[in-house]
Amino acid sequence: MTEVTGYGPRDWGSHPPYVDQGYKSTALRGPTKPLIPLKATLSELTGPVYGHDSLGALDADLTKNGAKNGEPLGERIVVAGRVLDERGRPVPNTLIEIWQANAAGRYVHIIDQHAAPLDPNFFGGGRCVTDSEGCYRFYTVKPGAYPWGNHHNAWRPNHIHLSLFGPSYLTRLVTQMYFPGDPLLDLDPIFLGTPAKARDRLVAKFSLDLTEPDFALGYAFDIVLRGATATPVEA
Amino acid sequence: MADTLGQTPSQTVGPYFAYGLTPEQYGYPLKAIAGGRLADDTSEGERIRIEGQVFDGNGAVVADAMIEIWQADAQGRYAHPADPRGSNSDFRGFGRFGTGTDPKNRFIFDTVKPGAVGDGQAPHINVIVFMRGMLLHTFTRLYFSDETEANASDPVLRTVPDSRRETLIARRQDGPTGTVYRFDIHMQGDAETVFFDA
Ligand SMILES: [Fe+2]
Repeated sequence: MTEVTGYGPRDWGSHPPYVDQGYKSTALRGPTKPLIPLKATLSELTGPVYGHDSLGALDADLTKNGAKNGEPLGERIVVAGRVLDERGRPVPNTLIEIWQANAAGRYVHIIDQHAAPLDPNFFGGGRCVTDSEGCYRFYTVKPGAYPWGNHHNAWRPNHIHLSLFGPSYLTRLVTQMYFPGDPLLDLDPIFLGTPAKARDRLVAKFSLDLTEPDFALGYAFDIVLRGATATPVEA
Repeated sequence: MADTLGQTPSQTVGPYFAYGLTPEQYGYPLKAIAGGRLADDTSEGERIRIEGQVFDGNGAVVADAMIEIWQADAQGRYAHPADPRGSNSDFRGFGRFGTGTDPKNRFIFDTVKPGAVGDGQAPHINVIVFMRGMLLHTFTRLYFSDETEANASDPVLRTVPDSRRETLIARRQDGPTGTVYRFDIHMQGDAETVFFDA
């Protein structure tokens, strides 16, 4: 028998820094004093539990969950992959929350004033859950690029926002999935804020295997969370 | 065993998380998995409200932060399989609130005061801070001003330099509408909140 006694540390060589030269609003918002090491207690080895019971019927299909009188405009896609821990073990029954812009690059969020059209048939928020093997899948349309105020003529590459809990408080992750071949990636301070060796982990792969004939292009995207460390216990 | 896969990098929650993560609070048509109300009048334990603001390095109140809290129930038990005691059935212990809807841009949680977990730690709540302008979240903790004795022997608080410990203590205010603990979060500056490498 083993007992989970901790999680591998946040890999500071894989995550962006709190204060980043390129991403200007980090200057006043990222902490500047050194973090204080905290050895995990039961408060960190536990965490919110959300699984299949948290899903609505259409939550994993963003082409349907906001439809009013037809289908959303844009390129229909299916995104699928596995949620794994650092040792390659699947993370089963864990919730993935999803939000994104529509195909024109406009969010339904009220503060988004980008002069691109809203789509009456696209909401852009949804969620899915991994199965017992850590596999997930959701349907949506490919989000458009959109401008933002970081610097002159700044545009975010196409991306989908993803939020995961994993098995504990320590495995929490909010990230973004990008698309292969996007010329905006090399110009985006948020993507470039990520250490170079880890950037390709944020870019989905086009997959003909996942692509559904006459229906949707497929993108494969695996997500890796911090892994549990276990100590044997006497039975 | 050697690690074989690299962690997926964190990216910012951005300015537009509300309709995906806190939809009901912001009035969007998607059922929320969690909000600011963790407990109601039927919940076991002392009902409390936690409120505070998030300040940036200029002292300006942040209007697009998202705060998550994770806590034990009034008996100090977590609703999670790693806690063999389990929690009482109707208390999940997780809350989430964006600072964009309150006129003062506060986060507000209605909950119960957590009990001590029983491992020497003082009663506390785990807190995660997300916002545009942060490429990865921060972990902090909230302790209670009326737990002086327990706080003094808390193993985590004891690792925090004296001069910074106060940033983790929520101040109790008893008023006509009940007990409020005030917990402000300062991202930078002299009063910068203690954040943990957890
Ligand atoms: Fe975005």
